[in-house]
Amino acid sequence: MVNRSIVSIADYSHEKIQYLLDMAQEMEAHSNRKILEGKVVATLFFEPSTRTRLSFETAANRLGARVIGFADPKATSSTKGETLKDTIKMVSNYADVIVMRHRLEGAAKYASEVTDTPIINAGDGANLHPSQTMLDLYSIYKTQGRLNNLNIYMVGDLKYGRTVHSLLMALSTYNPTFHFIAPKELEMPNEYKMYCKKRGVNYIEQRDFTAETIADADIIYMTRVQRERFTDLMEYERVKDAYILRKAMLEGCRANMKILHPLPRVNEIERSIDDSPHAYYFEQAGNGLFAREALICHVLGITLDDLKNDKTIIN
Amino acid sequence: MEKRKDLLVAALENGTVIDHIPTEKLFTVANLLKLDTFHEPVLIGNNLNSNKIGKKGMIKIANRMLSDDEISRLAVVCPNIRLCIIRDYEVVEKKEVTLPDTLENVVRCANPVCISNNEPMRSFFYVTDKLHGMMRCHYCNKEQKIENAEFYQLFNVKP
Ligand SMILES: [Zn+2]
Repeated sequence: MVNRSIVSIADYSHEKIQYLLDMAQEMEAHSNRKILEGKVVATLFFEPSTRTRLSFETAANRLGARVIGFADPKATSSTKGETLKDTIKMVSNYADVIVMRHRLEGAAKYASEVTDTPIINAGDGANLHPSQTMLDLYSIYKTQGRLNNLNIYMVGDLKYGRTVHSLLMALSTYNPTFHFIAPKELEMPNEYKMYCKKRGVNYIEQRDFTAETIADADIIYMTRVQRERFTDLMEYERVKDAYILRKAMLEGCRANMKILHPLPRVNEIERSIDDSPHAYYFEQAGNGLFAREALICHVLGITLDDLKNDKTIIN
Repeated sequence: MEKRKDLLVAALENGTVIDHIPTEKLFTVANLLKLDTFHEPVLIGNNLNSNKIGKKGMIKIANRMLSDDEISRLAVVCPNIRLCIIRDYEVVEKKEVTLPDTLENVVRCANPVCISNNEPMRSFFYVTDKLHGMMRCHYCNKEQKIENAEFYQLFNVKP
C-alpha cells in the first residue's frame, strides 16, 4: 500500500499543489458531506493547540467521519514513558487516519514510518505545519487568482515564525518577490535567505514598515512580535509599536492587496482595519476548514473526481 | 630508505592498514573502531613521516576487514583516510574512504528537540555537501556540520 501521509508539502510539484487547491475549492462549494461516513479520524495532540485541533475536528465532522483522540498529552500514557511508536501503533488499530501534533521535530515523519495508517502532520515543533501552509496558499490563490509572480510581504517575527518559513519554501518556485520587514533581533534567519539565494528567489529586507514600503504589496503576511522573544528588552520597547499595521498605511496600497495573519492577533493589526476590504485574516482561518477537509480526503485516497461526483453532499 | 620507514611499524601478513590518519585523530579512530576489544594483533603508530600530510598516524589490524558500517564511521571522523587491504604482505586493494550519501545510525542529530534524540529509533542523514562535510537530518530537516556530530549509541566519542 502506498503511504499517503502528509508530513511536508515543501517538495510537492505545482500540479500536486494545484490539485489540492482544487480539492479545497470543491470543499468550499460543498463543505457538508457524508463522504467519510463510517470512517474514524484520530486527532492526537501530544502538544495542545486548540485552534488547529478544532479546525481538523470540524473538517472531519462536516464530512461525516467520527473523531477520537486527545487534546492534551497529560491525559495519555506518553507521560508515563510510552514511546511515540507504541502510541501510533495502538491508535492505528482504531483509526483510518491520524492527525497529530507533537512538540518534537520530525515526530510526524517518524510516525509515518511506523504505520500504514496515513498521518497528517498538524505541526511538529518548529519544523513543519503543512495544513497551515495549505490554507495560506489557498487564501492567496483565492484572493489573487494565482500563486505566481506575487509581491509577498512578511512582517513582524520572521525569526521564530514557522508559518512564514513554510510559506516561503512553498512559494519559492512561483517566482515571488519577498519583502522581509522585521526588527533586527527577529529578522529572517540566514538559512532561509540562503534558501532563496540558491533558488534565485528575489527578496528585499527592510526595517521600516510604512505606507511607502508596502505600496506594492499583493499580500501582507502579519505575525505577532512577542516580548518573550527578545533578549534585549530595551530593543523590544523600541520596536514593539514599529510593526503594527495601521489603517492610515493602507491608503496607497494596491486594490487587490490582502492582509493575512495566522492568528491569534494581539495588537499588530489595528482593529479598525477589520472592516476594510483588505482584511482577510478571518476568512483565512475559515479557509483552514476547506484545506483540511481536502487533506483528510486526499490521504484517504479520495480524488478530486470523487468530490465532484459526490452523491453524499448535504449542502 | 623507504623500507626502513615502513619497518617502524611491523609488516602485516593479512589484514587492513588504515593510513594517513591525521595525528590528532589517531586515538579517536582507535576508540571508534573499539580496537581495545580486538583479539588479533593491532599495531598503532603516530607521528610517522608522510609525504602527503607531514606527520600521520597509522593503524594495522591483523586478519580483519572493516565492515561498511565501520568505514562510514571512519569517513565521518577523517574524510580523507586511506585503507589498504593486505594479503601475504602485499597490498591487494587500496580504498579512499569517502563520505557515503546517507548516514544511518552513525551519528546523532545536533538538534535536542529532534524526535531521533527522544525515541529509541534510528538516526538518518542525507550528506548534502561532501566537500564541506554537511548533512541534513531526515527527521527534523536541520542542516548540520558532520565533524561536529556526536557518534551514535555505542560510540560515544567526540571526533
Ligand atoms: Zn534531527
